[in-house]
Amino acid sequence: MFYLIQLLNAVQYGLLLFLLSSGLTLIFGIMGVINLAHGSFYMIGAYLAYWLAKTTGSLWFALPFAVLIAFGIGLLLETTIFSRLYKRDHLYQVLLTFGLILIFEELRSIAFGDDVHGVAVPALLNFSIPLTDTLSYPVYRLFVTLVCLVIAGLMYFVIHKTRTGMKIRAGNSNREMAAALGVNMPLLFALVFASGVALAAFAGAIAAPISSVFPGMGNHILIICFVVVVIGGIGSINGALIASLAVGLADTLGKVIAAEYSAIAVYLVMAVILLWRPQGIANRA
Amino acid sequence: MPNITLTRVPLIVALVLLVLFPLVSSTFYLQLGAKIMIMAIFALSLDLLVGHAGMVSLGHAAYFGVAAYALALISPKYEAANLWLTLPAAIAAAAVAALVIGALVVRTAGVYFIMATLAFAQMIYAVFHDTKIAGGSDGIYITVRPDLGIAGFKPLNLENPSEFYYLALISLAVVFWFLNRLLHAPFGRALAGIRTNEQRMRSIGYPVFAYKLAAFVLAGALAGLAGYLAACQFGFVNPDILAWHQSGIVLMMIILGGMGRLHGAVIGAFAYIFLQEIFSAPALVGVYAKHWQLLMGALILAIVLLLPHGIGGFVDIAVRRHRYRHPGVARDQP
Repeated sequence: MFYLIQLLNAVQYGLLLFLLSSGLTLIFGIMGVINLAHGSFYMIGAYLAYWLAKTTGSLWFALPFAVLIAFGIGLLLETTIFSRLYKRDHLYQVLLTFGLILIFEELRSIAFGDDVHGVAVPALLNFSIPLTDTLSYPVYRLFVTLVCLVIAGLMYFVIHKTRTGMKIRAGNSNREMAAALGVNMPLLFALVFASGVALAAFAGAIAAPISSVFPGMGNHILIICFVVVVIGGIGSINGALIASLAVGLADTLGKVIAAEYSAIAVYLVMAVILLWRPQGIANRA
Repeated sequence: MPNITLTRVPLIVALVLLVLFPLVSSTFYLQLGAKIMIMAIFALSLDLLVGHAGMVSLGHAAYFGVAAYALALISPKYEAANLWLTLPAAIAAAAVAALVIGALVVRTAGVYFIMATLAFAQMIYAVFHDTKIAGGSDGIYITVRPDLGIAGFKPLNLENPSEFYYLALISLAVVFWFLNRLLHAPFGRALAGIRTNEQRMRSIGYPVFAYKLAAFVLAGALAGLAGYLAACQFGFVNPDILAWHQSGIVLMMIILGGMGRLHGAVIGAFAYIFLQEIFSAPALVGVYAKHWQLLMGALILAIVLLLPHGIGGFVDIAVRRHRYRHPGVARDQP
């Protein structure tokens, strides 16, 4: 039973990582931009959920509004800043998005202070399923897992079965060719970028009741997402899914076996993958 | 021939000014000056990778931090450690860390390299932050600064700020000279070749992987020197010194000064710390002093979007324009 709980936690964490890293990997695959500020969008989502849940009194209102606001922020950032970065060297992309992190962190500090805040689980889902006499599993975590699965399914559908998805795949495999064939690339870029931001913010918002909201929460998750992208291979959604689950599992197992060293387990998985397939599991050399 | 001596004039003037600085400076500015020179060594080590070998590392603070921790861990608790033993040990620790991580990350390129260097640096951060081997998140104090005594002769006393300043200055000068020689030696030319066209260098028969790994280890070792000196100066080590913010900051320094020029790294370190002092001075920026990173972030955005070649590049372009308008003045060599 204990291991069932750990497995459920691993899957939930892995799917949450997938929401973040799929946006990161698509933004890189299509626009060629390495975005360090992706973790900040996760943080923004969490703080929006905290703030909206506090003012409206319910997480159910907070979630859609947080996603909408994040989508707007994404569009704004893409048109004003990121669209100027596409042709620049990675070095400048790193530097600029590093600058954005500093700005978002400080704005967060000005607006919300530096304390840790909790977000209440909605009353509807605020109970646990008893598994044995002493162990039980909170329903909200199951709900998060389910929602992430639905979103992953929706993403699969959009990317593989719709016209927009076809354009995204075309842009991912060959940007110039897709543009030459008449795909409106600036529009596609804006759409993909804003969707990536919205997904990251949604992940932050839905995880807020579990992890609570705190300063620097975006940075840790960003680096874990980088690990996911390195393992999965850049631009690959399937790779991101497999790698997210692997990292979720490694992290949870690490915590069970040796709590102090749990953070290292994830990086060891990455080291092995780099030795075995430096281009990621889903990409061919 | 006169060209060579002419280009050295600013360098010599700068060196003389730095040597004379302690005669007129207060302790505060001496310590700030030493801090800037230590960061300049750190920036130089990263410039070897980013500016000269074309490898954008976002985890360079790891090697800085490993050496700093090495000093903290091998120093005896209440007496001075010997610099001649601890400095090589700390640099070796940084070099070994760079060798192990480098063997993995140098296999990748481009954006993978950026992400992998960052991730492994964060792994080292996690080791020092989460486990008890070196004081965890609280860090450790180095109560007594290392001793330079060798066979009864003691050239510098590091407890004295001006003598510590000279140690930093000597280290910076040696590193600058060494890198300058290295980059003009066949090794440096090969790195430049790899940066421009890795494929071609490989087909000529250069062992590209070995060259890149050697550069990575060397950069790690030099970052270790900077980390050792920083640990000496502050007498305190905690996980923050190897956090990835530190890696971002040093990357910013070399871009501020202009990449691929050794003096650029030094100017960038100076400019960054100067700006940080201004942005965090309540007298100058008022309530924003507490939130100085906001101003720094805005400055980064402005530099990337408006000055694509850094401050150093901006000056270069201005000089070129000046020469274009005044063709009588000697031009750059082709």
